[in-house]
Amino acid sequence: MYKRIGRHTVKIENPVYIVSAASYAGKKEGEGPLGKYFDFVAEDIMLGEKSWEKAESMFFKKAFKTAMQKAGKTFDDIDYLLAGDLLNQCGGSTFGLRDFKIPYFGIYGACSTFGEAISLGSMLIDGGFGKNILCGAGSHFCSAEKQFRSPLELGTQRPPTSTWTVTGSGAVVLSSEGSGPKVTYITTGKIIDMGIKDSGNMGAAMAGAACDVIEAHFNETGRNPDYYDVIATGDLGDVGKALVKKYAGEAGIIFNNNLTDCGIEIFDNETQDTHCGGSGCACSAVTFSGYFYKKLLKKDIKNILLIPTGALMNTDISQQGETIPAIAHAVAIEMG
Amino acid sequence: MKVLEYLRAFITGGAICVIGQILIDKTKLTSARILVLFVVTGCILGGLGIYKYIYDFGGSGATVPLTGFGYMLSKGVIEEVDKVGFLGAFTGGLKSAAGGVTIAVVFSLISALIFKPKDKN
Amino acid sequence: METTEKKKKEYQQAVKVLSPNSHIIKNCIWAFFSGGTICLIGHILRKIFESFNYSEDKTALLVNLILIGSSALLTGLGLYSKMGKKCGAGTVVPITGFANSMVSPSIEYKTQGFIFGLGAKMFTVAGPVLVYGITASVVVGIVHYFIAG
Repeated sequence: MYKRIGRHTVKIENPVYIVSAASYAGKKEGEGPLGKYFDFVAEDIMLGEKSWEKAESMFFKKAFKTAMQKAGKTFDDIDYLLAGDLLNQCGGSTFGLRDFKIPYFGIYGACSTFGEAISLGSMLIDGGFGKNILCGAGSHFCSAEKQFRSPLELGTQRPPTSTWTVTGSGAVVLSSEGSGPKVTYITTGKIIDMGIKDSGNMGAAMAGAACDVIEAHFNETGRNPDYYDVIATGDLGDVGKALVKKYAGEAGIIFNNNLTDCGIEIFDNETQDTHCGGSGCACSAVTFSGYFYKKLLKKDIKNILLIPTGALMNTDISQQGETIPAIAHAVAIEMG
Repeated sequence: MKVLEYLRAFITGGAICVIGQILIDKTKLTSARILVLFVVTGCILGGLGIYKYIYDFGGSGATVPLTGFGYMLSKGVIEEVDKVGFLGAFTGGLKSAAGGVTIAVVFSLISALIFKPKDKN
Repeated sequence: METTEKKKKEYQQAVKVLSPNSHIIKNCIWAFFSGGTICLIGHILRKIFESFNYSEDKTALLVNLILIGSSALLTGLGLYSKMGKKCGAGTVVPITGFANSMVSPSIEYKTQGFIFGLGAKMFTVAGPVLVYGITASVVVGIVHYFIAG
């Protein structure tokens, strides 16, 4: 019964199916290369609300409800709700999901939250603690800028290493019965701090954590990178991806063109002026729920190692001169 | 030459902004830090009597950048100290800045009442 | 991934190599021409008011009124941040940038109410500028008193 196969990795033995996925994205994301895959693209990312924070909550509400309905479930069928976001005290998710009346675990893993949610949800099902679990994450460009950077109308230049917070929310329903891609292995990352201070270069801050979890995953499962059709990190962008290639390579993990990053997939950096790519909780959440999930269902790809990455930033502590700790969670998802 | 006077304003203002740009790109200083640095620098250079030469050369090119705001503070405080003595050190600076600051406060308030937060696209 | 101090140093070095740099020359050219233009506009306005035989103080105040007013309007319309993206310090350093730093948080934080939102956040950038500007002026005043007095 002991399911741990290594320091970081557990094998999911009782089947956990991702029976549905929903993605709600903003206008800019809709104009990007993955635009046609999202369930809904908001023309006005205020969504008719009075503030960016309330708009973010509305993205959560819509995405989570849609995922549940697509799975043919009602509130009463869902045993646990797992969600998180970037706003202080996870305000985006909790205020958006407060009417759901589902036992709830609020989780925080910065932009890795989607990976954390699927990891914990799958473990809950495998452990027999629930049959159906609704989980996901989201973020909003405007509320994130407001909280972490500067007011939107402040005339500043974004550094070339910066990434663009994705607006939207992605949610999935995990179930012990049904059909769809299965969660097979979960490799949980450690907090890794490579001593990066520059909050305008999040990819660099997070790449170390991504490398660490990638090394752990392949060492402990005995698989090699060729096993996966797609290995997708969360929101490392161009700089972070280059760092992963370099340092995973030094550890003997060589990718054969199957390494990508949700932040690189979601925007066209040249035409959309997003510098190094997309970021935020929604980046991996909507890219998986909208794009990769559909590719799995259509059997364009047979498996994916999804590795949402998060910079565990705290603006107060950063102002005290601290470096940025980071986290990444790897989830192996495979079509049967 | 009148045209030269305008050209000098243009060059002086442009050059001060270039110093700011180099600081932003090379040191990753945020714009808030740049503004503080420029005001304090302007004030000190004003106090030392150096900024006056930049002002005489550049006209508005020296007063429109935030170093000019610092210069104005120093000019105001020196005049006030000369007029009323020691206590002038505590009133002269802000007195000279009163107009600019009040205008900025009032316009900020009015703008916030009129305009809504907008998306960046 | 090792996290020894040596590895971290090496990693930070690799980050520097792999990170794209700012186009500093291009940025400086934009900053020069945009900042210069704002100052030129300021100078033209000043000359106009001077031609009415206004006093130096009155002229300065009227120039500020127009520059700050324009900046507030452009900020509200969402144009100042677009200019700032290209112009960088050229639109940060002039008084219009100072105004932008007050107007933009005022608009953004209006949703948090008039006191702790609009009223308090208006000074997130302007506050430090005033704190250190005023302090510097007091120091200059005191030094001047003892040297000139």
